[in-house]
Amino acid sequence: MSITAYEPGASQLLMGNEAIARGALEAGLGFASAYPGNPSSEIIGSLAEVAREMDIYVEWSVNEKVALEAAAAASFAGVRAIVAMKQNGLNVASDFLMNLNLTGTNAGLVLVICDDPAGLSSTNEQDSRPVAKWAELPLLEPATFQEAKDMTKWAFELSEKIKNVCLIRSVTRVSHARGDVRLAELTPPGRSARFAPTMLGQFTPLLVTLKHNMLHQKVKQTKEAFETSEFNWYTGPEKPELLIVTCGSGWYYSLEAVRTLALEESVGILKLGTTWPLPEKLVLEHLARTDKVLVVEEVDPFLEGNLKELVGDAFSSLGPLTFYGKRSGHLPTIGELDPDRVMSAISTVLGRERTDIDAEYAKKGQDLTQSMVQNRMVGFCAGCPHRATFWSIKNALKLDGRGGFVAGDIGCYTMALGPSGFFQIKTVQSMGSGAGLACGFGNLGRLGFGQPVLAVCGDSTFFHAAIPALINGVYNQANFTLLILDNSATAMTGFQPHAGTGASALGEPAPNVDIEGLCRSLGIRVEVTDPFDLQDTTEKLLDLMQRDGGVRVLISRRKCALVRAKTEKAAYKVRVDSEKCRGEACGCARLCTRVFQCPGLVWDSEHQKAKIDEVICSGCGVCADICPASAIIREA
Amino acid sequence: MKEKDPLNVIVTGVGGQGNVLVSQFIGRALVRAGYRVTIGETYGASQRGGAVMSHLRISRQAQYGPLIPSGQADVILGLEPVETLRVLAQYGNPAVTVITNSRPVYPLSVAIGAARYPTVEEIMTVLEELSASAWLINATDVAVEMGAPILANIVMVGALVGAGLLPLGPEEVELEFQESLSGDRLELNLKAFKRGLAEAKARLRRSGSVSG
Repeated sequence: MSITAYEPGASQLLMGNEAIARGALEAGLGFASAYPGNPSSEIIGSLAEVAREMDIYVEWSVNEKVALEAAAAASFAGVRAIVAMKQNGLNVASDFLMNLNLTGTNAGLVLVICDDPAGLSSTNEQDSRPVAKWAELPLLEPATFQEAKDMTKWAFELSEKIKNVCLIRSVTRVSHARGDVRLAELTPPGRSARFAPTMLGQFTPLLVTLKHNMLHQKVKQTKEAFETSEFNWYTGPEKPELLIVTCGSGWYYSLEAVRTLALEESVGILKLGTTWPLPEKLVLEHLARTDKVLVVEEVDPFLEGNLKELVGDAFSSLGPLTFYGKRSGHLPTIGELDPDRVMSAISTVLGRERTDIDAEYAKKGQDLTQSMVQNRMVGFCAGCPHRATFWSIKNALKLDGRGGFVAGDIGCYTMALGPSGFFQIKTVQSMGSGAGLACGFGNLGRLGFGQPVLAVCGDSTFFHAAIPALINGVYNQANFTLLILDNSATAMTGFQPHAGTGASALGEPAPNVDIEGLCRSLGIRVEVTDPFDLQDTTEKLLDLMQRDGGVRVLISRRKCALVRAKTEKAAYKVRVDSEKCRGEACGCARLCTRVFQCPGLVWDSEHQKAKIDEVICSGCGVCADICPASAIIREA
Repeated sequence: MKEKDPLNVIVTGVGGQGNVLVSQFIGRALVRAGYRVTIGETYGASQRGGAVMSHLRISRQAQYGPLIPSGQADVILGLEPVETLRVLAQYGNPAVTVITNSRPVYPLSVAIGAARYPTVEEIMTVLEELSASAWLINATDVAVEMGAPILANIVMVGALVGAGLLPLGPEEVELEFQESLSGDRLELNLKAFKRGLAEAKARLRRSGSVSG
């Protein structure tokens, strides 16, 4: 069901990200760009789906910095534009952002940052909001799905009013949750794109201090607009015993907590949608009516710190106030919030019992289930090419015997830091940093370093950030082998196309950037292998690893198992010959099930043999090559 | 039919079982019927064998937050038995109704022979102990019989509606299928849904109880 499927006035069940996209369309959006990253991917994904119908431009960009640059160009040319990224992506885009804020924009430009508290699908749980303060840009935080849509629409107006980027910070529980949203009219974009600066150096940092001063003025203008914003509201008694100040997903949790604890008469909630710069008058007015404040927000005490700054300035008129929240230890400073955590905080602050808990049932539930419920470790899918590649990496490193290791990167293959990839990945930081680290490791030779260095990255990650590191390695003659795990998809985030897939964001044919040719053009020795051919992959890797000096590349190419499942028939019918399977007596210590760990190949504890789970097996047949007893049979 | 407001429903299963699809179908049908609906989804690892859970908040009056507080579920729909147990322990209460598929999806620890998976009888004993009513549906078996094991999730939706645990009639859900699907997929989904309805109805007849 697309975001334009329903008529204006209707209610539609929309994901927070879809609501943001819909808000942009209602605002007259003309241009959208992003690099995929959860929990932000569906914003541009849902816009791409309706791009033809709405006659707007949508692209998957090579990385977040380019996405923001491209969208800024649209803004400069008078076209309303949106860019979406996850918290890590903001770091990539921030060099441009920290200059764009000074030069300013023209048509509305909205940058949506989706944070991932608890790192549910991320390598960190960074709170992105300080960027608003750092860059002096307006910050909006939607709390509901309706607000996600309406706030996005308004963000374009604000951006145009102050001629600067407007930031929206969402979190997983808004972006990836769904709720009914009342739709308004769609606005088609104008057709008068033109770049025509109205003053000298308008889009340059000409006279930095002057531009910096203009930026301060824009912050003042924003603050005034925020004072009367419909996205800030208060519910509760005139003089609350406790005032909760909250934003984003914290609002629903606070509301539910106050209701559940039946404290509507004594606890008030000030819900802020405009969190930087703070609407000072509004906030101070509410702070003056209480002496206890609990701040409920996701990840860092950003709002809490800014409130305290404000209180510091107004100290003489406010009187004593006690703050509770993350700094006081009433709410956790790691992980995400939920209604239970907020209820506990309120109960502790007010010194009341939690009446909503049935302790006896909770204990019984715990006691009866704990021995039955196992953890579900996430791992590579059945038939995943990464499992096969890391099997060969493990064997090649062992055969080489010099203590070689793998610098990892960001993608599905990051899971190779765990049992699914035989614990082969030893470092994981940011996009492209595997190759970057390999540049450093690969130049430690004169300092006594003698271990072979491998780096891995996926095809999409290669385009995003590994290319500069690769060029650095060539130029500085670093000694390492880069494995490019080319599965023809941005698999981790939902199979978005990229520069190497031959398709555009709209699914139309696009130039296919040749990874192999690009590497060869740098003078690099490149080999290509099919990871399902374990012997060839191991041999090629070993050969590249043992060559002297410089950068080598091995492209391990095989489509993602989930993509294959949609487009291809299984290559083999796989079965275990129970006569040949010797079970625990084999001497291989159950290489098949204990070590290889494909979910399609399971240990039958009743019969003490391996067996194929036919519902899960993808028919790749790789396990047939790892069984020393040739008991796993693949039939074409 | 339950009148509680908000009605808190949790759909749980393992990545790849179609958990998110189930919550979306139900959610869209409820919005069409005029309810305020919120769905909170935990699917960071949905394609990769992880535990998946959708929280549905259904209300006539207001929209609720995306996470149900501990101990506050009214209905738990489980696509996988151990996941049903996991969710029940945290979100259950003496009044909760549980309806679960009987077919396990083994965690890796079980598949590799490092842990034991409880028997269906053991699971049912605990489910009954911790709920007001526990339904076991052989949804995967029904779906396998239809030649499409993936449709176990839709069989379960049928059983949920047939058991009268949602403020929705079968025709309202069928309408949603007709709006979202077409061709063979629509036919198969409708068939699976009806098989689920029948499973629930048969059980109601057997027990002689009337729900909804």
